[in-house]
Amino acid sequence: MRRHSVLRVLYELLSSMRFAISLLVVLAIASIIGTVLKQNEPYSNYVFELGPFWAVFFEILGLYDVYHSTWFLFILGFVVVSTAFCIYRHLPGILRDMRSYRDSASLKSLRAMAHHAEFPVSGAMEPIKARILASLQGSGYQVKVLQREDGLMFAAKRGSKHKLGYLLAHSSIVLCGLGFMLDGNPVLRWQQLFGTKVAETRDLPQSKIPAASRLAPNNLAFRGNVTVPTNAEVDVIFINSGSGYFVQELPFSIKLNKFQVEHYSTGQPKLFASDITVTEKATGKLTKATVSVNHPLVVNGIAIYQASFGDGGSKLELMAWNLFDPAARPHLVNTTSLNSQPYQIGKDKYTLELGEFRPFNIETMDEAKAVNKEGITGILADVRSVKAERRTRNMGPSIQFKLRDTQGQAREFLNYMSPAQLDGRFYLLSGVRTEVAQPFGFVRWPLDESMKIDGFMRLRAVMLDAAAYPEIARRAGVKARAGGAISASSAADFERSVVWVLQRFAEGGFAELDRFLKAKVPEDKRKTVAETYIKILQGAAAEALALADERAELPFRPLDEDRSRFLMDGLVAISASFDYGVPVYLQPVGFEEVKASGLQLTREPGKSLIYLAALMMICGVFCMFYIRESRIWLHLTTERALLAISSNRRNSELDREFEKYRTGLAKVLDAASAQE
Amino acid sequence: MQQDSSTTLDVGVEAQGWSIRASDIVFGLLVLVVMVLAWQKLGTKMDYYEQAILLGSGIAVVAFGCFWRPARQFMVVCGLLALGATQLYQGDLARAGQVFWLKYLLASQSAVMWMCVLFVLATLLYWLGLATRSATADLVGTGLTWSAAAAALVAKLVRWYESYLIGADVGHIPVSNLYEVFILFCLITALMYLYYEQKFATRRMGAFVLPIITAAVGFILWYSFDRRAHEIQPLIPALQSWWMKIHVPANFVGYGAFSLAAMLGVAQLLVSRGILASRLPSYDLLGEVMYRAIAVGFLFFTIATVLGAMWAADAWGGYWSWDPKETWALIVWLNYAVWLHLRLVKGWRGNVLAWWAVLGLLVTTFAFLGVNMFLSGLHSYGTL
Ligand code: HEM
Repeated sequence: MRRHSVLRVLYELLSSMRFAISLLVVLAIASIIGTVLKQNEPYSNYVFELGPFWAVFFEILGLYDVYHSTWFLFILGFVVVSTAFCIYRHLPGILRDMRSYRDSASLKSLRAMAHHAEFPVSGAMEPIKARILASLQGSGYQVKVLQREDGLMFAAKRGSKHKLGYLLAHSSIVLCGLGFMLDGNPVLRWQQLFGTKVAETRDLPQSKIPAASRLAPNNLAFRGNVTVPTNAEVDVIFINSGSGYFVQELPFSIKLNKFQVEHYSTGQPKLFASDITVTEKATGKLTKATVSVNHPLVVNGIAIYQASFGDGGSKLELMAWNLFDPAARPHLVNTTSLNSQPYQIGKDKYTLELGEFRPFNIETMDEAKAVNKEGITGILADVRSVKAERRTRNMGPSIQFKLRDTQGQAREFLNYMSPAQLDGRFYLLSGVRTEVAQPFGFVRWPLDESMKIDGFMRLRAVMLDAAAYPEIARRAGVKARAGGAISASSAADFERSVVWVLQRFAEGGFAELDRFLKAKVPEDKRKTVAETYIKILQGAAAEALALADERAELPFRPLDEDRSRFLMDGLVAISASFDYGVPVYLQPVGFEEVKASGLQLTREPGKSLIYLAALMMICGVFCMFYIRESRIWLHLTTERALLAISSNRRNSELDREFEKYRTGLAKVLDAASAQE
Repeated sequence: MQQDSSTTLDVGVEAQGWSIRASDIVFGLLVLVVMVLAWQKLGTKMDYYEQAILLGSGIAVVAFGCFWRPARQFMVVCGLLALGATQLYQGDLARAGQVFWLKYLLASQSAVMWMCVLFVLATLLYWLGLATRSATADLVGTGLTWSAAAAALVAKLVRWYESYLIGADVGHIPVSNLYEVFILFCLITALMYLYYEQKFATRRMGAFVLPIITAAVGFILWYSFDRRAHEIQPLIPALQSWWMKIHVPANFVGYGAFSLAAMLGVAQLLVSRGILASRLPSYDLLGEVMYRAIAVGFLFFTIATVLGAMWAADAWGGYWSWDPKETWALIVWLNYAVWLHLRLVKGWRGNVLAWWAVLGLLVTTFAFLGVNMFLSGLHSYGTL
């Protein structure tokens, strides 16, 4: 008995409007959390942002995957259960109400209604009755006429579909709940709970992944991704689950024949599409199709989407330039992106970990304010034109890679293949960083007059070649004397200074000279001394450049503006190479691109339920808002008529309708009495 | 005669519901002719969905014209102006800055600037009408609002055409970015307001509804002067879908309606404190219009969310991904679902609901703008 009443109270609560409203508010608030906190990030990011304590706390609350956390699903479940109970509770009443005309309503209850009126009646009854009936039916009422003991009752109703609306909209929520639950794969959740299926967290080759982390092709519902390189074939996808993943086996295999990318003339992407061949395992049936964004392919109830794209392991040719050994010749390294291989520079052993190769890098240029025209008319002309200026440029192919030393320390590089124009000169750019989270710092290798890096490398070789210093110093001395900058007697000192400056520079670039200045020269003299060093260095470098050209058996070129800038850039680049971190620059010189397509595959058996529910919701909401339910009672005796109107909405429309019928009825009765 | 008219109960009161008039048929035929011409010219370039949308929008235009008759003249005038603009262009976008009528009136950006000016003027006149109880000022305010709405619709139509002049592959319906949908927002909110103004025979709500449109106008101006957002950009792959054509406008009926309701909520709150009470419509009338706006908004927002889910199922591989925009749409939807329950089921009236509608605007604005600015997700289209 007691138990029964507890259940009763629970049922009352769950099916109550107040509870439902509170639930909806709670659901709305809970949903906000997941939009504010980025979801499903790597755990380390959270630790970084929140600190170790709060990171753990938030994890316990399940805030990193709110929408799949138990408590959130609980709230959703409650909404569904509560709505279901609500329907269950109201259904009998609604059905009764939809059928009933309430023709047994007592006169007392009619008179208690806000909208009622009474009229005296005289004259013939038959025409009155006929007119009332015709009029009510004419305005869409269903009418029941009942001869009661106390008189004739016209009970009319209209808009019963309003209640149907309630049923549709609210059942829709229950149906949505079911569909959602189905697509959340309860079977897998159950198996995970009992440990028969466990998400894999290690980075293993696909074939080595144990059975407990593999899902059979008949799995109820899933959503996962796979990357397919051109001409490769896959028959599994990967499903993220918490911090691990499952391997989902597919009932078919997918081969990527070609991945296409197209761009608009402005540089924005226009098309991403994969030409694929799907082979069904059971029947061997082949389906060739092109999958693109917004145009998925459905095979066996599994939808295949274009999700992303990238490098699929392109063949690369890298020219390796040793930065510090002047005697070393450059050599070609043939390799493949997304790969890793041992790599030796001199005696030092490294691992070369190649990342992604990108065939083009579209960059948005700095907000092109410069395009804005001056003055008010200019600005107006500017906002009048809808044609966009081109504000992107293609930086050309790039390769990202890491060089890891035997201690496990790695530096990451981003090297571009095409010359980049900066401040009117051309360079090869090489980005370097030590932490993944850092932005790349760029070294600019200057290009010579034939747009090659060789000129710089020759200069560098001479500048770092101690054996060449005496010759450089001698030539610099000759020049200085010819220009009258030094006297014959100080020539030896001058040459020593040149050698000395070159030696310092070869040890650590400008930074080394600066270090020496700071350590040895009094502060008030530093500026003048520094200027002298720079002058000496420039003069020496000019000789070095000429010497380098001679060694390469190139014709003599005077030191013009162009060459001076090249020289300066060269010194800056040599200086920067001391911070480069590795003694080698890997210059991309050739590639054979292999694209890969990122596909997403889903099986969502609940989708059709959801769509049905959506249709029901729309129809239901429409019925509830735009079908006004109203009832009219007209009780007629030979002496008087009693009119009453009610509606599920009390608003001005009801007032108007009441007014309409009141005056109408008065006229009908007047006419009847006048005819008499 | 006298007798005949008294044979029904509902004499003397206008027939409610839909009834067809001769002018409806003329309008219907006109739309039919336009559709046939459009079909002949473009039918082969459209896929089935787009053909269906063309058919559907023809039906929708006729239905809308019958539902609210002043909209017919409005649509015809705007249609003719836009048509005129396309003729003036002669297929050359550069003529926007050379031909007088394009340069000063009909090029989409000129029309947008007119729209901005007219909305601001309309706001001022409605307030003048409210302050001086001048029916003339109110009337002018209405006229200006109609003109501003016309400028907005012409701007949309012409911009659509201009996008194809930039490049055949660039052309698309102008509902693809924040700038374009803000104009849509102004248009829809203004038309909804004009509808209620007529239906409830009061121009005084304008002083409250127009400011929210003016706020949007302010945003549009900043966005184009400072950010050059008015430039037509081609569609990224994720947006190349016919779903966009229906999903976005449906959403903006919702946003427009909710904004309108919030502004009426403000008016209602003022009236409840006796401020401007003698100049504004009654407390109950404001409440009722507010309810109606939220009801329409809710219906369209439901439709828009469903369409969004179906689009997502095509584009992102799932009908619901808990992307911030989706989630905020759900929050907005839940918010108004609760509001409607309170009013309809619990029978609430009064200031709490008015406050709720006002706060609802914050929620709606966040879903509309805040998500784009502060949260990242699939809707931000940063990558593919
Ligand atoms: C969660 C549990 C829910 C319960 C217990 C509940 C209960 C009710 C009840 C009792 C009514 C009155 C029906 C009538 O007689 O007209 C109603 C109406 C309504 N419900 Fe719910 N509801 C729930 C959820 C929802 C949700 C999630 C929505 C979302 C759209 C919703 C939308 C509506 C609407 C729009 C009406 C208006 C009815 C009218 O026009 O009179 N309900 N609800």
